[in-house]
Amino acid sequence: MRSDPKDYELVAPGSLQAAVGLLARSPGEWLPIAGGTDVMVQYAAGKLPSRKLVSIWNLAELRSIEVLANEIRLGAGCTYTNIREHGVIGREFPMLSSAARWTGGIANQNRGTLGGNIVNASPAADSLPALLAYDAELILISVRGERRLPYAGFHAGYKKTKLAPDELIRAVCLPRRFSGYVCHARKVGSRNAQAISKVCMAALGRVAGQTVEDVHIAVGSVAPVPLRLSETELMLRGKVINESLVSAAKKMAVAEIRPIDDIRSTAKYRAAVTGNLVAEFLNLLSADGKA
Amino acid sequence: MKKELVELKINGRTHELAIEPSALLLDVLRQDLGLTGSKRGCDESSCGACTVLVDGVAMMSCTLLAASCQEQEITTVEGVSQHGSLAAIQKAYGDWGGAQCGFCTPGFIMTVKSLMAENPDPSEAEVRAALSSNLCRCTGYSQMYAAIKSAIAAERNAMVEAK
Ligand SMILES: Cc1cc2nc3c(=O)[nH]c(=O)nc-3n(C[C@H](O)[C@H](O)[C@H](O)COP(=O)(O)OP(=O)(O)OC[C@H]3O[C@@H](n4cnc5c(N)ncnc54)[C@H](O)[C@@H]3O)c2cc1C
Ligand code: FES
Ligand code: FES
Repeated sequence: MRSDPKDYELVAPGSLQAAVGLLARSPGEWLPIAGGTDVMVQYAAGKLPSRKLVSIWNLAELRSIEVLANEIRLGAGCTYTNIREHGVIGREFPMLSSAARWTGGIANQNRGTLGGNIVNASPAADSLPALLAYDAELILISVRGERRLPYAGFHAGYKKTKLAPDELIRAVCLPRRFSGYVCHARKVGSRNAQAISKVCMAALGRVAGQTVEDVHIAVGSVAPVPLRLSETELMLRGKVINESLVSAAKKMAVAEIRPIDDIRSTAKYRAAVTGNLVAEFLNLLSADGKA
Repeated sequence: MKKELVELKINGRTHELAIEPSALLLDVLRQDLGLTGSKRGCDESSCGACTVLVDGVAMMSCTLLAASCQEQEITTVEGVSQHGSLAAIQKAYGDWGGAQCGFCTPGFIMTVKSLMAENPDPSEAEVRAALSSNLCRCTGYSQMYAAIKSAIAAERNAMVEAK
């Protein structure tokens, strides 16, 4: 059954201050709607539990991209089109640009926002592994003020986040210290547009010769939340890349994930793909060390 | 919820309408305004048949709140012809047999319009990427891509001549 517009209330406060003011008056009652690409699909299908919507689409305070000396502050209301068209993001955070290009088709990219992808909290969301790999931080805002926290750990469990009911994500901060790194992002699915990932990965690293100096590997769709493979990373740091290290890393990566069988894929396939993607990335890193 | 007065600019005309604030743009276009060119193929952002331009940018009207488009310029397939004559893309669809049942055509045309505005000289891969979320169940896409390619070339030539 489709939703009947008569049953719903929609307000558009027009400023960030007014939006958080409304959330503060009755926390949990109003559902923010940004691009609506997740919310409106539920609405059109008659599956949206919340009857009160507050539009935060196009709020100027959420749409800026500030390039600071040490970080980029990306407004949570920026769309995928804004992200993939931004030069500095393309150069320094190419895995986020790729994820933006892979997220649905053009019309979806014109509307869907990074903030919505984070709070919708799908384990398969395409931009979240990139945020994890780049050590992103979030700025949250409410009438109580702003707080800043690492994005890692923001997802408390399947579709659960640390966002308080009266808070909005204001911005995503990307530290500008990965330009010299080798990056490797992959979306494995039936196709890019319109298909949810079976496995997605964003990994970056740096080698001196064949020795791993630093490595970050993040994967999506293989656990209730997007994951950093921290044990695999720890094991890899300081080691020389060779065949036995690659096969040890594959094993360890598979042990760190918690994939499930669902309509899109099987746990077994997801585990095999994760291992292969980790191996593919390490081989790229090794090739870079030889270049 | 009570209806509210909303002003929508569609195909160059301003309409003042009393609608539910949570009404979908596609419903307003088709039911309140009789602009039935935009189609409903899925209702969940999956087929692209409902694509319109909002300030020149392609968006799916089946999952877009009409009230969120106030003060923006909405263009539907009814608004793409130029001074009564067919736009290049409409003509090319006819020449190449780009449509069979035609249900997907308005959505494709609007997506192509937004692509041409952004990138007048797209590569084959860029055309395919831009159209990747518009689905067609009839043509097998080949004639349609031929039409789209020729329309893009025609528009580009027209632009060169105008200079
Ligand atoms: C056709 C289609 C294809 C898609 N393909 C992909 C894909 O390939 N990969 C992928 O990852 N996703 C995909 N999606 C899902 C969706 O587009 C993304 O998750 C998008 O980023 C959601 O952003 P939004 O602004 O539209 O969110 P909305 O629908 O507006 O909101 C989603 C949730 O986030 C909350 N929210 C939004 N912004 C904020 C904020 N600033 N602060 C606090 N809460 C906020 C809302 O309250 C809501 O709970 C697809 C969706 C569609 C319809
Ligand atoms: S009807 Fe809007 S995408 Fe299918
Ligand atoms: S012509 Fe029939 S769906 Fe495309």
